[in-house]
Amino acid sequence: MAGKTISEKILSAKAGVDARAGDVVVCAVDCAMGTDGSAPMAIDYFEAMGGRTVRDAARMVLALDHYAPAPNRAIAVLHQRLREFAGQFGIELWDVGEGIGHQLMVESGRALPGGLVVGADSHAVTYGALNAFATGIGSSDLAAILICGRLWLRVPESIKVNLEGQLPRGVYAKDAALALAAALGADGAVYQALEFGGRGVGALDMDDRLVLSNFAVEMGAKNGIFPADARTREYLDSRAHQDFEAVEADADARYAREVALDLDALSPQVALPHRVDRVEPLAQAAGTPVQMVYLGTCTGGRVKDFHEARDVLKAGGGVARGVQLVVTPASRAVMETLAQDGTLADFVAMGAVIVTPGCGSCCGSCGAIPGDGVNVISTANRNFKGRMGNSDAFIYLASPASCAAAAVRGAITDPREIEA
Amino acid sequence: MTGRARVFGNDINTDYIITSRRKRESLDPAVLRVYLFEEIDPRFAATMEAGDVIVAGKNFGCGSAMEVAVTAVLGAGIRAVVARSFSRTYYRNAVNNGLLPVECDTGGISEGDMLAIGEGEVRNETTGVILPVAPLQEIMQQIVSAGGLVPYMKRHGDFRL
Repeated sequence: MAGKTISEKILSAKAGVDARAGDVVVCAVDCAMGTDGSAPMAIDYFEAMGGRTVRDAARMVLALDHYAPAPNRAIAVLHQRLREFAGQFGIELWDVGEGIGHQLMVESGRALPGGLVVGADSHAVTYGALNAFATGIGSSDLAAILICGRLWLRVPESIKVNLEGQLPRGVYAKDAALALAAALGADGAVYQALEFGGRGVGALDMDDRLVLSNFAVEMGAKNGIFPADARTREYLDSRAHQDFEAVEADADARYAREVALDLDALSPQVALPHRVDRVEPLAQAAGTPVQMVYLGTCTGGRVKDFHEARDVLKAGGGVARGVQLVVTPASRAVMETLAQDGTLADFVAMGAVIVTPGCGSCCGSCGAIPGDGVNVISTANRNFKGRMGNSDAFIYLASPASCAAAAVRGAITDPREIEA
Repeated sequence: MTGRARVFGNDINTDYIITSRRKRESLDPAVLRVYLFEEIDPRFAATMEAGDVIVAGKNFGCGSAMEVAVTAVLGAGIRAVVARSFSRTYYRNAVNNGLLPVECDTGGISEGDMLAIGEGEVRNETTGVILPVAPLQEIMQQIVSAGGLVPYMKRHGDFRL
């Protein structure tokens, strides 16, 4: 019998059976996260299911991130309800201002190699960067996990993504993610897993891997999982509160197919409105005027992202007239680092709008909303029509450096023209 | 189950089913149903009738895993979605709420066709074409038969395979 993929191995272990792609298994969940976007409904389902106790509160966590801070009374009341629920059952709650739940899951060491870590939000796939089987669920699934600690899953077939080479100057993990979305399409991995591998993995740091895993769901993937290596252990060294065992694929594991991504050959990419897979080399869109630039989200809101953007902005002489630059750190820890190393002061001096750590403008739930006819370039992961709260805005997706270059010129610009 | 086909294209994301910004005001399906598919056509929701069947191409319900994209559809009296494929989170949420996800080749279905959804097939009563449907896997069938995950969990308190 053929060997197993990383996903087959983790789900076999969590279900206590020898599971293969296509099998449906019931798994013990290591950690489950709900947000203020999904947990209010989860509490409704929990109560409707007759839930009176939480099976294992230590494995649960709630994040108030989509509405940070609460933009109206209805949301403020939902926040109160979540705080009360968390307090009643002894569940950890990351309150407004702590940051995006996904970022906090990795920062806090809750997402660990070999674990089954889920979130009631599609971008829970992000933790795959840490060799966890990480996937998004709905509110009703979260309610069932609160009650019984378990989740049914269909074991996915895996697509092996072989990364080769390393990213050239001016080209970033976001460009690789966009190129992959273009290659696979928005439905290219539906019901399937992406398993990253190849010699190129070693050249990507944890922030880079988080970007690629985060983007897996934009291709329809159930998860986007990396092998663990020395960088993984280094990242977790100060974060993990418990032992973990990394999981690697068998050499004879069976894949649905294999795709190669040559990092050396990549150039800056951009996704055009209103599709994540409507990607072209950024040079082809150069000159497109931009009125709003968004730096943040669970894709592009980490320290490294802001450093890359700041460097381009400084080299280019700051923000062009008529451009609104919005900065939303992915977490309080990210913001603290940026405050300590002077990056935040640089953004403030350049006239940036600084927004509370959290999801911000990404899905129009809070933060700055673009005006009618406005072109936005963003470090986020989705550019659907209306996504940022206005159906008459146009969203382009690119790397932090490319977004910063657009802020400098007031138009889409290859960052390599500006970078020092 | 028989209903009128309301046809959409490929990659209809959950924000297009019900836009995130409407969630700021309410999570009540009776309120949200008025805004269904507004990013695609703001006049569409007013033309929906209870019993209509949503028909789509590939990857229906992609993007956000938000469950209101299912409950708002149910709130409009829709009981089934027929698509060439679904995003996995939409599929799960549909099963968990008793909205029947039906996977088949939807290419030949036109707006307004009358569809009869039966065991293992969708019969297009307007064209006479019969489309084979892959059966739901057992655990999903059990949840759908129970009427959704709420009655399922009330009865079992855990997942049973």
